[in-house]
Amino acid sequence: MSTTTAEPGAREDVLDANGARIESVSGLGVLATLRRGIQLSPEMLNGVWITLGLAVLAAGGKVVVPLAVQRTIDDGILASGGPDAGRVVALAAFAAVGLVLAGVCAALVNVRLFRSTEAGLATLRTRAFRHVHDLSTLTQNTERRGALVARVTNDVDTISLFVQWGGIMLLVSVLQILVATVLMAWYSPVLTAVVWVCFVPMFLFMRVGQRKVNAAYTLVRERVGAMLGAISESVVGAETVRAYGVSERTGRRISGAVEATRRAQRRSMELVAVVFSSGVFVANLVLAVVVVLGAWLGIGGALSAGEIVAFLFLVQLFTGPVQMGTEILNEMQNAVAGWRRVIAVVETPVEVTEAPDAVDLPRGPARVTLRDVRFAYSGGPDVLHGVSLDIPARTKVAVVGQTGSGKTTIAKLVTRLMDPVEGAVELDGTDLRRVSFASLRERVVLVPQEGFLFDGTVLENAAYGLRGATDAGPATPQEERAVVAGAFAELGLTDWVDTLPDGLDTQVGQRGEALSAGERQLVAIARAFLAAPDLLVLDEATSAVDPAAEVRIARALDSLTAGRSTITIAHRLSTAEAADLVVVVDAGEIVETGPHAELVAAGGIYSRMHASWVAQTR
Amino acid sequence: MTLAGSRTRRSLVLMWRGMRAHPGTYVLAVSASALFGAMTVGVSRAVGWATDAVVVPAIAGDEAARGRIWVAGAVLGAVALTLALSVAGRRVWAGYGFADNIADHRSALTTQYLRLPVSWHRAHPAGQLLNHTTSDAEAANGVFNPLPFALGVVVMIVTAVVMLFSIDPWLALAALVIFPVTVVANTIYQRYMSPAVTRAQQLRGDVADVAHESFEAALLVKALGTEAREEDRFAATAGDLRAANVRVGVVRAIFDPVIQNLPAVGTLVVLAVGTWRATTGDVEAGDVVSAAYLLTMMTVPLMAFGWVLGELPRALVGYDRISEVVDAGGELTYGTRRLPTSEGGLGVRFEQVGVDVETTGLEPGTRTLLDGVDLVVPAGATVAVVGPTGAGKTTLVSLLARLSDPTRGRILLDGTDARELAAGEIPAHVSLVTQSTFVFEDSVRANITLADHGAEGSPSDEQVWEALRLARLDDTVRAHPDGLDAPLGERGANLSGGQRQRLAIARALVRRPRLLVLDDATSAVDPRVEQAILRGLAERSAVPGGDAAGTTVIMVAYRMSSVALADTVVHLDDGGVVDVGPHAELMARDPGYRELATAYQAEAERREKAADQAGHDDELQEAAR
Repeated sequence: MSTTTAEPGAREDVLDANGARIESVSGLGVLATLRRGIQLSPEMLNGVWITLGLAVLAAGGKVVVPLAVQRTIDDGILASGGPDAGRVVALAAFAAVGLVLAGVCAALVNVRLFRSTEAGLATLRTRAFRHVHDLSTLTQNTERRGALVARVTNDVDTISLFVQWGGIMLLVSVLQILVATVLMAWYSPVLTAVVWVCFVPMFLFMRVGQRKVNAAYTLVRERVGAMLGAISESVVGAETVRAYGVSERTGRRISGAVEATRRAQRRSMELVAVVFSSGVFVANLVLAVVVVLGAWLGIGGALSAGEIVAFLFLVQLFTGPVQMGTEILNEMQNAVAGWRRVIAVVETPVEVTEAPDAVDLPRGPARVTLRDVRFAYSGGPDVLHGVSLDIPARTKVAVVGQTGSGKTTIAKLVTRLMDPVEGAVELDGTDLRRVSFASLRERVVLVPQEGFLFDGTVLENAAYGLRGATDAGPATPQEERAVVAGAFAELGLTDWVDTLPDGLDTQVGQRGEALSAGERQLVAIARAFLAAPDLLVLDEATSAVDPAAEVRIARALDSLTAGRSTITIAHRLSTAEAADLVVVVDAGEIVETGPHAELVAAGGIYSRMHASWVAQTR
Repeated sequence: MTLAGSRTRRSLVLMWRGMRAHPGTYVLAVSASALFGAMTVGVSRAVGWATDAVVVPAIAGDEAARGRIWVAGAVLGAVALTLALSVAGRRVWAGYGFADNIADHRSALTTQYLRLPVSWHRAHPAGQLLNHTTSDAEAANGVFNPLPFALGVVVMIVTAVVMLFSIDPWLALAALVIFPVTVVANTIYQRYMSPAVTRAQQLRGDVADVAHESFEAALLVKALGTEAREEDRFAATAGDLRAANVRVGVVRAIFDPVIQNLPAVGTLVVLAVGTWRATTGDVEAGDVVSAAYLLTMMTVPLMAFGWVLGELPRALVGYDRISEVVDAGGELTYGTRRLPTSEGGLGVRFEQVGVDVETTGLEPGTRTLLDGVDLVVPAGATVAVVGPTGAGKTTLVSLLARLSDPTRGRILLDGTDARELAAGEIPAHVSLVTQSTFVFEDSVRANITLADHGAEGSPSDEQVWEALRLARLDDTVRAHPDGLDAPLGERGANLSGGQRQRLAIARALVRRPRLLVLDDATSAVDPRVEQAILRGLAERSAVPGGDAAGTTVIMVAYRMSSVALADTVVHLDDGGVVDVGPHAELMARDPGYRELATAYQAEAERREKAADQAGHDDELQEAAR
């Protein structure tokens, strides 16, 4: 909800629908999609020529075996003078060998295709997954998570079916069509031309049909994405749905999405059936045309009866792969629909990028400077109007202000979750945009308000902060446990850990929901503490913790982070009382800066805020 | 919905259930498929007839035959059209069946997601649950695509077999050798395929799980710069899935050519046996040829059966994974009793309430979260629950909304055990505002009413505005050009933490609950706004002119200003009630409570003292110099 004019600062955390977002499908055409798709998964082409060669052999077997059977019948069984057992055995053996070879080739083709496509698709999944993380948090918030998951799972799966047999079979079919055409032309160029002419309207119809099939499949993919979004609400919001007894309405919304998906699916099936069966119709209609025309040509003396019979046999060799081709092209539309959605993710530009000449900064006390920083969400009014602030190294800063004043925006800019529209944020005098991500994240860590935990134990979640540090980090699980336990002890949280059902090994459940919000925040603080940054930015990180624990943690952080800088955003002004520097933000501007005691004495906004805080707590 | 018995039996039941669910569709699909089978034979018959009876004599000079050329063309055209229509019908109805069966599974799954308790959801990753509705539902129903085809053309197989026997039993038996071979091949296939495909479906779920969780954690991942680590985690799972899919592919890659080439093998066997029978003079050479052609007729139906057999292992695995959810028990059971409708507050009584949870760590067992809680909250009272983080406050208050049931003891709402109340009774009288707010991707209005606009019994816009005003969110909403229709993004991404909490409070207030439970619901709201909200509540609960007591409020709170609004304070620690009484009394007699209540003050004093001490030290040092 953008609360634009009245309360400009309220756009903090506000996301604009016009802002960057992932397109539901890329705008690429079918061929461009295939090209781009293969470019993103180059493994798909691994050994493709050998595979194609094997496919031709396998397809050849499909022609050779019936021929050999035919010969066995003609030359062996129907041999003049009775069945010729020796010949039958020889020819049948030949056919059997051909059969086995063709079968082996077919199996090899399948195996090779599975290997190369699965390799390519694993790459594609991972690439899309990583890209989602590289996109700014803005984009992630406008996109439904359930639908995003579909893009790296189900959408990728739709590609596999086509790539695993379609691509190669399409080439083989074309090859078969060409061979059959040459053979037919040898018997009768006129009839061959007629056969081709018969297929022209079908090809034209197919172009239109395929486009519709493509649109229908794209709709199915979108509906599945929307459906997952709806279902994910019932899953992630299970508690709310129960507490308010709104299962029925939530169920209705989901049923609507399931029904919409079903309708889209049925529609796509109808279109595919029409396109495919029209191919079947033309292929068989051609037989009628050949019979009629062939008979007339035969009467005119241009063809013998035997040639017409042979031609009819060849026509069926021709129409078989044509029908196959129709089927593959239909399947391809499905793959393209899925592919487009995955490609759309990968093609979404990353807003916050690492400069090519980015530098690593040395570790040590961090100094942060904001120079005339202006920030606005895309298309929205300014959230910060030219803010300047200097935070010397080893300083504990408290940022206070009303909800929506721009505090969180400052936190996000200092941690470079976003870049300012104007001005610069500097770390030790270097513009953040010129600092390498690795170096920045090593030195600056944000603790967001909602302590998100992964499904796992308290220990695993806290250890996540160690960020897999190999140099100084703990080498063994025992050491890791000791380090994590040490961190909880230093933060004065050992008593709390002891109250947990399994101590450090307590399972926190999905999203950490087996713990209370306050407990999740405790784990999140320990996690950030273990990350040992030079600058710790706490955005309401202890809002749900009891006062005694909050005070204890604040005191522990104070003594432990000596030599480090902290920026704390808090409604509870106990933090501000203990800070070296208090920064008061109001409506996107810094209105007061100074030590707690000075600001209280100055009688400005802060002194009023503090007075009401004292009144509330004592 | 679980399938039992042998694999064959389970497969048959699975297919039967799907078809039984949509009998009309499947009758049509199978009929169209049978027509297709007949027409496939029809085409070759018609071509044969046109060649022998029309084309050849016509060219030879038969005038009558020349006159029949158009007839031949028309017959072939009609057969082509019928064939095409049968194909279209088969595919459309098979497609309908597939789409309908998938939709059925999705509905069954999501109904269950809505029915199962919160504790079940905590134990089941969201990504996996989403994956059941896509990948597993598709796997379970994949077999329905080729099934009507295979069933329809079964006529072709029967016809071919009967004709084979009419030619020569020995030739027929030779041809039928392919059936036991198929059974053996399929048994081997299933043996290798079932574990492979089970693993692949499991990993599909895992990939979805990792992706879902990682995307939920997006802000944390950015904040700690652990993108590469998440990428590795995902790539590892995606790599496992790749290996599993390749394994499935290899098994299939070997099975498919075997099944597809069986008719050709059968033909060769028939030819060999036929030659022997012909040399002994038991059959004519022509009979052998006819038998060979009958086998080629079986190619298409056998191929269709091959597809069905090929899909079955995956279908069984998908179906089993879905069944696990659909058959999961543990949903709360409801009684039949109702609470009297009244404007007044709800009286609450905890009787020896205890909650244990199972521990899953190193030492499996149970752990007590709450024990021996006895508490009486009279109607209309305002009670603050205070205690350190992890004391069991959230567990305690969530029992009131019956998100779960206590392990021991009971909770009485107006004297009735919460478990004996009818479904829907508690949400109608009790509103719980949890610590984190879940926002639906919907309008502001719908997020507050949680009902369709204009639905019967849903709050009016005036009531919504009134709730927003009490939650101090009305100005924000009014400032938006769309007002109550303003859309909220998924999970309320476009609201700040404080705004989300105020939305949740409005959501609770609009229901005019008789019991309002606030679980630290104002932690992200700034103190002045919080005060305004709580005072507004207090005013409202004092029902004007009513003799009944106002809304009962039970709140978990940290700020002493909020606690001060309560008539009674419950001090909870380590799962038990330490003390109950007015704030002042607890301050006087409960040291633990005093410590919590005065934490900020004590800290401020400690700091001042430390500063003085530091100043004093400086003076001493200076003096020493």
